[in-house]
Amino acid sequence: MSKTLLPLEVHDLTVSYNRKPVLYGIDLEIEEGGLIGIIGPNGAGKSTLIKTIMGIVPANGGWVKIFGQKGKNSYRRVGYVPQRESVDWDFPVSVLDVVLMGRYGHAGWLKRISKKDRIIAHECLEKVNMSLFADRQIGKLSGGQQQRVFLARALAQESDLYLMDEPFAGVDAVTENAIIELLRELKQKGKTLIIVHHDLSNAKEYFDQIILLNMRLIAYGDVDKTFNKDLLQKTYGGRLTVFTEIADQSAKNEHVEHESK
Amino acid sequence: MEAAQVNDEVNLISKTYRFFSFADYSVQVVVLGVIFMGMGCGLMGGFVVTRKLSLFGDTLSHAVLPGVAVGFLWSQSKNSISIIVGAMIAGFLGVFLISLLKKTTKVSLDSALGLVLSGFYALGICLLTRIQKMEFGNQSGIDRYLFGQITGLSNQDVWAMGISCILIVLITTIFYKELLVTGFDQGFARSIGLPVDLIQYFLWMLLAFSVITSLQVVGVLLVSALLIIPAATASIITQKMRSLLLWSALLGMVAGVIGSYLSFLGSQLPTGPLIALTSTLLFILVLFLHPENGLLFKGLRLRGKERKIALENTLKAVYQELEWNKFSRDTVRLGNLAKRRRISMPEMYQEAIHLVNKDFAFLLPVKDKTLPSENTLSLSPTGWSEACRIVRNHRLWELYLTNEVQYAADHVHEDAEKIEHVLGDETVRKIERILSNPRTDPHGKLIPSQQDIEQGYIDKMIAKNLP
Repeated sequence: MSKTLLPLEVHDLTVSYNRKPVLYGIDLEIEEGGLIGIIGPNGAGKSTLIKTIMGIVPANGGWVKIFGQKGKNSYRRVGYVPQRESVDWDFPVSVLDVVLMGRYGHAGWLKRISKKDRIIAHECLEKVNMSLFADRQIGKLSGGQQQRVFLARALAQESDLYLMDEPFAGVDAVTENAIIELLRELKQKGKTLIIVHHDLSNAKEYFDQIILLNMRLIAYGDVDKTFNKDLLQKTYGGRLTVFTEIADQSAKNEHVEHESK
Repeated sequence: MEAAQVNDEVNLISKTYRFFSFADYSVQVVVLGVIFMGMGCGLMGGFVVTRKLSLFGDTLSHAVLPGVAVGFLWSQSKNSISIIVGAMIAGFLGVFLISLLKKTTKVSLDSALGLVLSGFYALGICLLTRIQKMEFGNQSGIDRYLFGQITGLSNQDVWAMGISCILIVLITTIFYKELLVTGFDQGFARSIGLPVDLIQYFLWMLLAFSVITSLQVVGVLLVSALLIIPAATASIITQKMRSLLLWSALLGMVAGVIGSYLSFLGSQLPTGPLIALTSTLLFILVLFLHPENGLLFKGLRLRGKERKIALENTLKAVYQELEWNKFSRDTVRLGNLAKRRRISMPEMYQEAIHLVNKDFAFLLPVKDKTLPSENTLSLSPTGWSEACRIVRNHRLWELYLTNEVQYAADHVHEDAEKIEHVLGDETVRKIERILSNPRTDPHGKLIPSQQDIEQGYIDKMIAKNLP
């Protein structure tokens, strides 16, 4: 009983979009403190895994526990960085407004944002070097700057577990370095960070542990045990084509059945 | 004839006085009503427009029409309560159908909106036409739901408007941060445990309130004008949610009051179109006259920039002309300048006057007025340093492109023509440092140095050796 609760535990998680399975029977037990990369080809369900853990996409089966808790209350201990494309960049909010959103989970319903929340938001902007842009409308930033604002918002959540969906997508080399430095700093403080990543060339250098994913969990473990040719081939290579074909087929069949009714 | 005109004028003044003094009870009711309506619709419009759901407000306002008709049939009178309830039910049915269509079929959102809009509206029109042919005494006035009519607004109606407006203000204030985050980033909102769908439905319910209570004043067809136009106008003025909402509410109120005043003047004109027109007019005014984002000032600023570029090009031409004479003279003929600038003589004369007005040059006119091209121009000290600056920018940039960016020498001129006008002092110094203070450009021409600029002429020794 004295055993500390795992930051993230996923059991037999199955998700499908429009009857087509995207994730199938995923089991994960993630230990505290570490930088973990989720790696797999396009359409492997990397983003879906994160979104399902955060309750954005409903699961068809299985469960998720965050620090031993299921359901909505557990989200408060998670900081989330969505993909950049998922947001309406024309919306009339300033950079500071966006970072303050990271405090909403702490403030709760009906309560207003406090002075302390504002101070924290400013500190987080400072950490990602974006203080000068606090009043700027969020759409009037470069891609890398937008990504840094998202990161600041996640920092403002002051979470113990972070889930980030491709934080390095479309950012310049300087921003990428700044972000990885920040992630390492968080790791030093004992935080757990799970990051969807698609660049194999630097994955080994960035992460302590790797989750190899292609609809199924291919492997999960320390980077030197998982980041090898065999497993990568298994993730990216042809062995799973039969599996995806059958999945496609079954989706189509069900669709046909559905229509003929 | 004249007497009638005077009468009209007296009438206009007295009506205006009656309207704005609020002494009249019926005027009080009307003004209070449109203020509530403008504020409520303006606020809701702010949320709808920033969520890119403008068409949604339009659909909702059309979808309530059959409900209005059924409510009327139910109570057999123009009873507000039953009409509001009927409209509410029809509105929710419409919203429900839209989300059902979106979830279960491949019909896209805009098609679903269009479908529900026209289907419900058609049904509503049929029912209303039927009612108008029926035989109960007070059916007249049901067509006000189509076009809107301000006169005859009952106390009950104003109460309904007031309650809906207060509800909207209260709820959007209390749940401001939840509405903000769900509008900007739904995924994130879900990730912090907010019931995004519930909030969405709540917003639609408030929208329905404001639409239904405004129906009598502006009519089904134009409620969406009240929702969309003030918010669209506000989005030109500001990019902050809070001030956007405030502006939108204010613009809604102003349009409401002015529109109903105009309707009050000429009692034959329907209120809805007048309010919508006023709102549109305000939009056009802001679109053109807003100091930062207005088209007029943007145009003026652009023109200012163009004039500056033209001026700098003329200065450059003066320098080139001086250079062509190996700096042996300090005047240039306007005719030669016009040839260099490839503009006509009258245009050139205008440019010269412009230079003189800016204290960049002195014009030395010839006595013979028939030979304008013989007028000569000489640069003032400030004109000289401006001319040198532009030429230096141009030639440095050409050199930078050939030496550092490996452009071919015959590719650099076009680019430098544009860049010369925007290079800042700091960049120029940086380029000079990179190229270690060069004296000649890729075509072998002299790059004026800081010293040349300060002393006001090119050294004779250097000038003599120019190619």
